[in-house]
Amino acid sequence: MIDTLIDLILFAMLVFTALAIVRINHLFAVVMLSGVFSLLSALLLVTLDAVDVAFTEAAVGAGISTVLMLGTIALTARTQKKSSRSGLVPFIVVTVTGAVLVYGTLDMPDFGDPNAPAQLHVAPEYMAGSIEDIDVPNVVTSILASYRGYDTLGETAVVFTAGIGVLMLLSGLGRRRREDEEEEEDV
Amino acid sequence: MINWDFIVGHLNYWLFIILMMTGLYIVVARGNLVKKIVGLNIFQTSVFMFYISIGKVTGGTAPIYPVNRQGDIEYDPTIIYSNPLPHVLILTAIVVGIATTSLALALIIRIREEYDTIEEEDILRIEREMSAQDNKEHGSAMGGRA
Repeated sequence: MIDTLIDLILFAMLVFTALAIVRINHLFAVVMLSGVFSLLSALLLVTLDAVDVAFTEAAVGAGISTVLMLGTIALTARTQKKSSRSGLVPFIVVTVTGAVLVYGTLDMPDFGDPNAPAQLHVAPEYMAGSIEDIDVPNVVTSILASYRGYDTLGETAVVFTAGIGVLMLLSGLGRRRREDEEEEEDV
Repeated sequence: MINWDFIVGHLNYWLFIILMMTGLYIVVARGNLVKKIVGLNIFQTSVFMFYISIGKVTGGTAPIYPVNRQGDIEYDPTIIYSNPLPHVLILTAIVVGIATTSLALALIIRIREEYDTIEEEDILRIEREMSAQDNKEHGSAMGGRA
């Protein structure tokens, strides 16, 4: 009972944060609220027993991505222009998509069902094997680093590629800006 | 089919879908590029929570075994643990998500450098003006409007 109550309170806070992000035009506030959203989702993840995911979300979602977005709005613009388009067509699109997704969940097993297909395959073997094979108390660690080590290797490749991309996009930003200013001074 | 147990069992999924759709609405309806990225992040985080909720087992706890003083794992078959596999997949997804977000933000900074705006409507207007200019200059040489 208390679990459900905490769940619903967190959900209400998440929905209000998301709606505030929809309405606010001031980008600094939007970025801060997205950090709040990440922290609230980390709390919800703790109630779902995913403690490792929760602290990664708190560090990455509320920490690093907020810093990156603040850097971006410092280099670009602080406020959003009022949109002249009507929100009706997007609203219809979103409602239809949501209805289709809800229809998709109707066949799903109940929340927390121990006999759901996701609980019966592979995961029990990892849980049991983790003690014998890896000898690490945290099963998430043993899957991440050992059973699914190739996934983590692929992830590293993705992060590396993204890092190269960011460096290539942003290299010479300050130099080009100075050149532009010098040209304007010459004119 | 529709009864109280069914609704309680599926309410969590529907609430996640509401959050996802709020994120999608921001992406579609708002023209500011930074705000679009924030919307995409909301969508992404909601998908993560939805995915994790599939691995939750009622009465379960975090998948970490208790350890005794000697540092040996004490396996107790009466404790129920939630499924650790979705946690691992989502840990990977969070890190990949921040990588793509940073790439998108770098692209926004480049767009701002070229177009001097990060509003979708203004960028489209400038693009149209540029192509109209090109048509005027080179269209006749290529036999009409390009």
